[in-house]
Amino acid sequence: MDKNKRKAYIINTISIISLYLVFFILIQTKVMNKYFMGIAIMTCIMIIMAMSLNIVAGFLGEMALGHAGFMAIGAYSSAYFSIALMDTGFPLPNIIVLILAMLVGGMVTGIMGFLIGTPTLRLRGDYLGIVTIGFSEIIRIFFINFEPTGGAAGLKGITKLVNFNNVYWITIVIIILMFTFGRSKQGRAIISIREDEIASEAAGIPTTRYKVLAFTVSSFFAGIGGALYAHYQAFVEPSKFGFMFSIEMFVIVVLGGLGSLTGSIVAAIVLTVLPEMLRGFAEYRLLVYSLALIVMMIFRPQGMLGRSEFSLTKFIDSLILRKDIKNSIDGGETR
Amino acid sequence: MKKKVVSVLLAVLFCASIFTFAGCSSSGSGKDTIKIGFIGPLSGDAAIYGTSAKAGADLAVKEINAAGGINGKNIELIAYDSKGDQTEAINAYNRLRDQDQVVAVIGGVLSGETLAMKDIMVQDNMPVLSPTATAVDVTANAPNIFRACFLDDYQGVAAANFSTSNLSAKTAAVMICKGNPYSEGVSAAFEGAFTANGGTIADEESYSASDKDYSAQLTKIKELNPDVVFVPDYVQIVGPILQKAKEMGITAKFIGADGWDGVQTEYADAAQGNYFTNHYAADSPSETVQNFIKAYKAANSNKDPNSFAALGYDAVHTMAEAIKSAGSTDSKAIITALNNTNYTGVTGTLKFDSEGNPKDKEVTIIKIDGGQLKFETTIVNK
Repeated sequence: MDKNKRKAYIINTISIISLYLVFFILIQTKVMNKYFMGIAIMTCIMIIMAMSLNIVAGFLGEMALGHAGFMAIGAYSSAYFSIALMDTGFPLPNIIVLILAMLVGGMVTGIMGFLIGTPTLRLRGDYLGIVTIGFSEIIRIFFINFEPTGGAAGLKGITKLVNFNNVYWITIVIIILMFTFGRSKQGRAIISIREDEIASEAAGIPTTRYKVLAFTVSSFFAGIGGALYAHYQAFVEPSKFGFMFSIEMFVIVVLGGLGSLTGSIVAAIVLTVLPEMLRGFAEYRLLVYSLALIVMMIFRPQGMLGRSEFSLTKFIDSLILRKDIKNSIDGGETR
Repeated sequence: MKKKVVSVLLAVLFCASIFTFAGCSSSGSGKDTIKIGFIGPLSGDAAIYGTSAKAGADLAVKEINAAGGINGKNIELIAYDSKGDQTEAINAYNRLRDQDQVVAVIGGVLSGETLAMKDIMVQDNMPVLSPTATAVDVTANAPNIFRACFLDDYQGVAAANFSTSNLSAKTAAVMICKGNPYSEGVSAAFEGAFTANGGTIADEESYSASDKDYSAQLTKIKELNPDVVFVPDYVQIVGPILQKAKEMGITAKFIGADGWDGVQTEYADAAQGNYFTNHYAADSPSETVQNFIKAYKAANSNKDPNSFAALGYDAVHTMAEAIKSAGSTDSKAIITALNNTNYTGVTGTLKFDSEGNPKDKEVTIIKIDGGQLKFETTIVNK
């Protein structure tokens, strides 16, 4: 392991732990009450959703507007699984049940993503966008009419397994997994397809296979996000997973910067916290929220971080050495 | 470099604005108020329901405060938007409890959002009175959750009682919208009560929400010629059905449920002489109702109050009565007081059964006559 890498690991580990400690102290001293904790949990879930969408929308550069549908599959399948598991009365600690439910949700959604992605990824751009909207609507309408999961009235009786402690660490693990995926051979291949599909095909990359891979990985993590959502809310209703929710997630990704995972994190935090902060405006809240989006897009059309990644190590370096260092996951130029 | 400066400035402005907004929203008023929360869809698809209920609730708060408040303290209604979304509703509820420290909650307006909040509300033992959530599960196994509206089943039974006793109907046909829990639930209750009262269900026809043509079903109904036809659905579906029935010359009386509210505006001719069950009637002889309508119109630029407004109004009054008789803002005391509620408001007399649902509440029967909704009678199911 080279010296720089070790330094980066140490700095990141310290910052993750100290951030957790800050939250821990805030919770212990009751400064952070259930209201703030609820927002923090929702933020973590949205971070996972936005990052998973970024794999298709940012890395692969395809328009995917059906992310809410995948989240619905993850939410419903994991909830159904955990209810069945709880019913057997087998004594398992909550965290194990949650992890199993997450894996089930992720797997089922991943398989669905694979099945949907294989035929549809032959399309590009707006056509793919329309097809993904269609599939997500089909999923939603399926759950409205599917009686075993409660139909239109929603699925009740899910045990609330998610709390701030476990969702924080799960999010950290998923962030690490996503970064590793982005920097892996597969991740680089996916980015190369975005840059130039013909060139990457000429370089011997099986483009169709990598597109389907990106789609499957993206839906796998969307399923995990859905599982967390179901076990935080303890109630899921199909109407939540409508088209507007997909758009909301797409907005987060675009605002953070297509292809920037740290951008997705920042944007997910801002866009989940902002509507809550604006509650003082009452009826004008969504108007102000939309205005904020317009202003941000006018001043930074490439998103908050563009395509570059924020790195704590480099940031500290630049503070000490006053070096201007550009950094991105694909090693490319910052636009 | 210039761009960088601009973006940094924007970021700083942005963060600063967040804190200022947070600051101004959390600044509450003094200790001499009793805070009651309100949660409902004030924006989004279902905004019409939430804003109506809130307008009714606001009016009630104004009246209570003008009359001296509760034991000398004014009520402050803190309303948060749920957008009809479950996550937003949970956030709004958490905020009401932790930031605003409300003593009771009026809401949610929709069934879905109320079910989403139910678990936390039960954990907190927060006194909750939903004006309009009709799903059966809302109050089940929740000693702290009450509702002001009657259930779907209840008005189906009332419609059946009205048909057999007031219209002396012997045979009935029922038209059900398949896949719509509202239509299915009310119909099932109607059929059960109608048969129990000695009547016969001559025919049961179903259609789906996307159907545009109802002639097949209506032809069969015409042949059987029942005394009444029960169609519990919303105006946009009921209207065309009534129109077609009139064209075909069906003479049976059509009976509906609260989804019919508003049918008189576009389908006055077709709906002439038919009846439906509702929460209250605008021309009811009751003084409470007339006073409410006058005050509501004065406060809302001459707009007519709908059932949501009436139920929101009643919910706040009921809650205020409960807090008053509890003599404290302790949640246990308020819940006990709510259990012993006996309040007569715009939508009838409100008492709660052990589940927290209205007991023996009056159902108003309305007749459509010359494009007007006319108060016919009230029915109390025994």
